[in-house]
Amino acid sequence: MKMSTKKLQWLMFGWFFVFPFLPVPGYWITIGNYIGLYSIVALGLVLLTGIGGLTSFGQAAFVGLGAYTTAYLSTTLGWSPWVGLGAGLVVSGLAAALIGSVTVRLSGHFLPLATIAWGLSLYYLFGTIEFLGKYDGLSGIPALSVFGIDLSSPRVMYGVIWFCLGGCLMLVLNLLNSRPGRAIRALAKGKTMPEAMGIHTAQYKILIFVLAALMASLSGWLYAHLQRSVSATPFGLHMGIEYLFMAVVGGVGHVWGAILGAVVMTGLKSQLQDWLPLLLGSNGNFEIVVFGVMIVLLLLWSRDGLWPWVAGVWAKFHPPEPEVVAPAIAPEGYSDLPRRTRPQAGALILEVNEARKQFGGLVAVKDMAFEIRAGEVVGLIGPNGAGKSTMFNLVTGVLPATSGEIRFCGERIDQLDSRRIVRMGIGRSFQHVHLIPHLSVLENVAMGAHLRGRSSPLAAALRLDRHEEARLLFLAAEQIRRVGLEEHMHTPAGSLALGQQRILEIARALCTDPTLLLLDEPAAGLRLKEKEALADLIRQLKGEGMSVLLVEHDMDFVMGLTDRLVVMEFGSKIAEGLPAEIQNNEAVLAAYLGGVE
Amino acid sequence: MDFGIFAVLAQDGVTNGAVYALLAMALVLVFSVTRIIFLPQGEFIGFGALTVAALQSSQFPKLIWLLIGIGVLTFLVELGSALRQRRYKPLPRRLLMWSVIENLIYPQFIWLLAHSLDWQGMPMAVQILFTLAITVPLGIMIYRVAFQPMAEASVLVLLIVSVGVHFAMLGMGLFIFGPEGSTTRAFTEWSTSLGEMPVSGQSVVVMAVAGSLIGLLYLFFDRTLYGKALRATAVNRKGAQLVGIGTSQAGRMAFGLAAGLGTLAGTLIAPLNTVGYDTGFVVALKGFVAAIVGGLASYPLAAAGALLVGLLESYSSYWASAYKEVIVFTLIIPVLAWRSLTSGHGDEE
Repeated sequence: MKMSTKKLQWLMFGWFFVFPFLPVPGYWITIGNYIGLYSIVALGLVLLTGIGGLTSFGQAAFVGLGAYTTAYLSTTLGWSPWVGLGAGLVVSGLAAALIGSVTVRLSGHFLPLATIAWGLSLYYLFGTIEFLGKYDGLSGIPALSVFGIDLSSPRVMYGVIWFCLGGCLMLVLNLLNSRPGRAIRALAKGKTMPEAMGIHTAQYKILIFVLAALMASLSGWLYAHLQRSVSATPFGLHMGIEYLFMAVVGGVGHVWGAILGAVVMTGLKSQLQDWLPLLLGSNGNFEIVVFGVMIVLLLLWSRDGLWPWVAGVWAKFHPPEPEVVAPAIAPEGYSDLPRRTRPQAGALILEVNEARKQFGGLVAVKDMAFEIRAGEVVGLIGPNGAGKSTMFNLVTGVLPATSGEIRFCGERIDQLDSRRIVRMGIGRSFQHVHLIPHLSVLENVAMGAHLRGRSSPLAAALRLDRHEEARLLFLAAEQIRRVGLEEHMHTPAGSLALGQQRILEIARALCTDPTLLLLDEPAAGLRLKEKEALADLIRQLKGEGMSVLLVEHDMDFVMGLTDRLVVMEFGSKIAEGLPAEIQNNEAVLAAYLGGVE
Repeated sequence: MDFGIFAVLAQDGVTNGAVYALLAMALVLVFSVTRIIFLPQGEFIGFGALTVAALQSSQFPKLIWLLIGIGVLTFLVELGSALRQRRYKPLPRRLLMWSVIENLIYPQFIWLLAHSLDWQGMPMAVQILFTLAITVPLGIMIYRVAFQPMAEASVLVLLIVSVGVHFAMLGMGLFIFGPEGSTTRAFTEWSTSLGEMPVSGQSVVVMAVAGSLIGLLYLFFDRTLYGKALRATAVNRKGAQLVGIGTSQAGRMAFGLAAGLGTLAGTLIAPLNTVGYDTGFVVALKGFVAAIVGGLASYPLAAAGALLVGLLESYSSYWASAYKEVIVFTLIIPVLAWRSLTSGHGDEE
């Protein structure tokens, strides 16, 4: 469950700002500096791994790119460290965009493997290149200074590092709490749901990979000017793995887990490095045994890291409040949100013409033909395995048709992907609900409003998107009221009953402003009362001029609700007509009840 | 470059490629059966080579201490899970008996064997077999302790666990074997030449062993019931469970096989290269690059990838020896780009 723990978060963060002014030994300041540097990298990993669902072991390599770029520019070329910062960000960003673009289309585990190989390869490169000083590295890097003020002392650098961390934190928190942020959160659920909301998943994956690399690069820049020398070792694969461990220990799904993880791991490491050699009687980095065992145990007991536990304890004293709240009255400009013009009642909107889908030798959908007119509720029914879901996938663009054509409002859609189809005005729900369980109902529904806004990630991170954000949230809240879920507006979606989750998906689909709504077995698993409520909702939508295609199993449910039924068996249409006709159609009865041999 | 050098480099490349092929097979096997990306493979390479080296220099193979330790841990884990399930079913006495034998008695038996025989004078094949008798159970125990309790987790969680196990084993390797590397005796002093090309006996042995192991694996998967059970598990875990194949057993067997193949790979490279406790990781990762060429799914493609990696490495060590590793590991980028372009749809997690 996602909880607002704002006070705790800023207390934790604020304490680190007070820290350097305390009369603490210099060694503590050094540790504090490293915690800050590591937190910046771990924060990128939280965004990438915990929230976006992509894992990277290669962040240390990006830290290295940032550090070596500024080291080379400021020593060999004698340029200002501030040029080094910009150059480092550009180099890391481009490298990340390249690697991201070749891996994000592959299934999840190829990216981490690529980052391992990439991390090693860069490490060897740092250690081999002549002008980077081979394994000795580069030294004599100048300290940072701003307007002639020297920032070289560790206590001052502490301020710089934590200022940078604070900036990154603010940008990431802003970003996550926005339209692009919801798109990023949707990524963790695979590809189908976000694409059906019009979210370009590949682009967003590359985006978070680049953002994580930029943060790593910033950390590397700070490191180079703090340490005043760089060599290959701190940018090796093992450090990359430790960064990921920090994020996992702290809580990889939580922004504040990054700092917590960096504190725990850095503190533990410095203690272990003092004690283990004494205990074991020989020198070496034995702390990795403890780290390895700790990670395995942690993942066995709780996949979510330490932060939720800390936040849970805190929540006992300070009850959480919802973080994302929709405005109570329509915000300015809400009525200007573009809305689709409804086709005239009775106009042809969906034509399926000889559509066929073949998987190898299996013909799942065989030359299906039917049509839907504006304002109609059509039921697509048939026994298990009749090809209903495949037909549904053809219309929504999850699968391309093998032959035949499907037209929506006159335009062919049979070869378009689901992202483009939703843009044209076909909204959908899923047979197995696709929600982000720990986000509130409001945030989940607002994912459907993705195409109704256009604010960029940069604008969102800088809080320039608030007008639009208010409009989108109001829109989402309105759909929630429309489907009757308003009392659950701020409940985590995962804690709703299954029936309510299905209703939530309809609200989300309504946010896309559809002309045609496709519902995949919306009544499955619902109790009688819930079914009645759902039927009322569909009637109400029909009253508003919406066309609906229901794929259903439950005969009673569709009988009273639909204008027309299309019956499928073995991939073909066996009957079509008014519900009353279908009830007495012999072919349908044979299909459902088993024919007389 | 004249033909002689070209041929020598090719021979080198194919020899190393054969070792990478063994590793790639094991990685594909473990991934397809358990969905685990088996990074600790590298440790078995180092542990295997160093244990054979210890036997040859008549030192006590200290890896046995690790076997005894993890054996105790495994027994405790099995006892714990049996006790937790006591409310639903009676204590599985026979299973616990086996657990005692496998995890407590067997390691001590190995310890006794190591102490009572003169291993230095034995033929190398026997030394390698004894090393396998340590590492294969170690692989199985590691699966039991670290992976089996969360066998249903996502690929990415399993990958992080795998990295954790890699860290733990690497640190223990440092403690057990120390930072120094060793080499082992040569398999053979014999050599010959094919036309202008000198052929070393070492290369012949490596290729013959790797080739016959791949052949054996093929027979195992194609002809034996166990092999077919593993394949069934790889195709569909649920389905395999429904027809009575124990997926935990399949996982243990995959880990045992992978540990054995890793150990063999280590012993194959040890006569020519100094192997330290941490050498294996980079070697295993080259196996990974090869396995990724095969999409972590296809054995023949993985083997082809292994040859590619071996040849690339050997030719780049001639032209740009400093950049050898960089070139091999950067190969993964074009390979993934190619897979990305040919695969079209991304998989769902």
